[in-house]
Amino acid sequence: MNGLVAAPVVLPLLSAAVLLALRGNRAAQRLVATTAAALSVLVALWLLVQVSERGILALHFGGWPAPFGITFVADHLSAIMVVITAVMALAAAVYALRDIDPDREARGYHALAQVLLVGINGAFLTGDVFNLYVWIEVLLIASFVLLTLGGTRAQLEGGIKYVSVNLLSSLLLLAAIGLLYGLTGTLNMADLARTLPEKDPGLVTTIAVLFMVAFGIKAAVFPLFFWLPASYHTPPIAISAFFAGMLTKVGVYALMRSFTLLFVADVGFTHTILLWVGAFTMVSGVLTAAAQSDVRKILSFHIISQIGYMIMGLALYTPLALAGAVFYLIHNIIAKANLFLIAGIARRLTGSFDLNRSGGLFKAAPFLAALFLVSALGLAGIPPLSGFWAKLLVVLAALEAGNWVMATVALGVGLLTLFSMTKIWHYAYWSPLPEGGRLSARPSSLLYAPVVALAALTLLLGLWSGPLIALGDAAAAELLDPSRYVGAVLGSEAGQAFAAEAALAGGGER
Amino acid sequence: MEVPFAFLVGVLFAAGLYLMMQRNLLRFVFGLVLFSGAVNVLIFTAGRLTRGRPPIVPEGLAAPPGEVANALPQAVVLTAIVIGFGLIVFALVLMLRVYERLGAVETQELGPALQRGAAEEDA
Repeated sequence: MNGLVAAPVVLPLLSAAVLLALRGNRAAQRLVATTAAALSVLVALWLLVQVSERGILALHFGGWPAPFGITFVADHLSAIMVVITAVMALAAAVYALRDIDPDREARGYHALAQVLLVGINGAFLTGDVFNLYVWIEVLLIASFVLLTLGGTRAQLEGGIKYVSVNLLSSLLLLAAIGLLYGLTGTLNMADLARTLPEKDPGLVTTIAVLFMVAFGIKAAVFPLFFWLPASYHTPPIAISAFFAGMLTKVGVYALMRSFTLLFVADVGFTHTILLWVGAFTMVSGVLTAAAQSDVRKILSFHIISQIGYMIMGLALYTPLALAGAVFYLIHNIIAKANLFLIAGIARRLTGSFDLNRSGGLFKAAPFLAALFLVSALGLAGIPPLSGFWAKLLVVLAALEAGNWVMATVALGVGLLTLFSMTKIWHYAYWSPLPEGGRLSARPSSLLYAPVVALAALTLLLGLWSGPLIALGDAAAAELLDPSRYVGAVLGSEAGQAFAAEAALAGGGER
Repeated sequence: MEVPFAFLVGVLFAAGLYLMMQRNLLRFVFGLVLFSGAVNVLIFTAGRLTRGRPPIVPEGLAAPPGEVANALPQAVVLTAIVIGFGLIVFALVLMLRVYERLGAVETQELGPALQRGAAEEDA
């Protein structure tokens, strides 16, 4: 029954194989790709339901019990991330039917998108740090090829930056894993959670900071984010949008996992660094965005600033803050990817991503304008859209922790986000088209389908936020009580022993 | 035995980083290769070094008697070598394509080359 935990990885792997075999047949590829994406959503939802009903699920491959074999673990956070990945993959797959040119399709776009999914889901589900590295490499190599697929000059130039910085971060991660193994003799996350408190806190914190840098590059936090705005605007929109939604979030997820389960020995030190990193990420992202005029670059810098909120939620390290961070992740993935998809449609109408060369969209495409407003105001956090609840939760958590500075920063950055969004609105939608510009015909309704669905989700999560907040609470409760994770992986006795020791250590400090 | 290896790792890291900070893209890749080698030696050393004691379980026993070599870091390094090989080959091919399309191997030439290319396409 626990075999279900591996399904979100196995399904895209199988479809990638089928798609590779169908390389010559465009129609069949498109059919298989969309069917597989739809199936993935069902599988992911089923996994989430199972996790909600039965608690944390663990799967030991090859029958080797943990910590000897490789383990997959699905808790609330993992299951939520798998669901949102599947939803975004479906949206991108439908959009790609009209957005990706036949040449890129013939070069294997559909198969690569599935391989990317394999890597992302593997990273979300694995319970082993070295295995996490392997899945990150799988998603990385797929993303390298997707980013440079087609080989335009801009793509190649952006690809160099993306590839080199990400390779460096992977090597740092591998070095950190090696040191962690040298210190503890284990790679299983649950076993690490059990062993790490006994080790020299100074060494553990040093390794923790190495992990922070490696995952920080992947998550594009300050001051390690420069590769992102240099590359994310170069590939076709269907690829950009999925990257913008999901890839940095794998880094955020890895940070959330490692700094709640593994490195909690010196929260005062590590999480304070994370808190300031979060603040600087928010501010630097939003300020740089204000200086851009290409819509894709504005949105790319906003990815960075929004990641600051999630890091802040993690760094505050309270149940409310973590629940807020989880809510923020989901809200942001949907709103951000949708803004990219909308920018793609707008580009088809006006012929340019440059704000100075576009305009008149409100008159020409009022429906698109409405969709843009929903996502843009959602991103800025205007009630009753999803971003409002996301921001409310993290700001409340900051106030609850007595951290007025962070609460002020979070609210101020929200205001500046609104400024950037009104800037896009003003230039691209409200003002008339500049001289010499011409609007082309209405794009295919297939492009609108995922945009409408995602905008509806943004609205739905705003008006009916209860279920997702409850899921966020459940995820936060699991993250703050690692004994449940340990119990699910190593058996309930180990979990109870871990909880007892943690209580003893906590009591000793007081 | 671990101490000389620790120094070796340090030297490899330093040489790799030095090369990675060069402007030439090819040197960057060479730096990456050295860096990746440093990480592999690091993992190998972190698993503690032993000589001439293969981890073989004799017949009739459940575990090898006495101290044997640690097989896990070797498996990890093997995986890392394979992954690293794939990634570095991709990086090399990418650099080659960049050289073909943009005619540049120095990082500071990439931006101007891109703008020149865009101007040519516009004209």
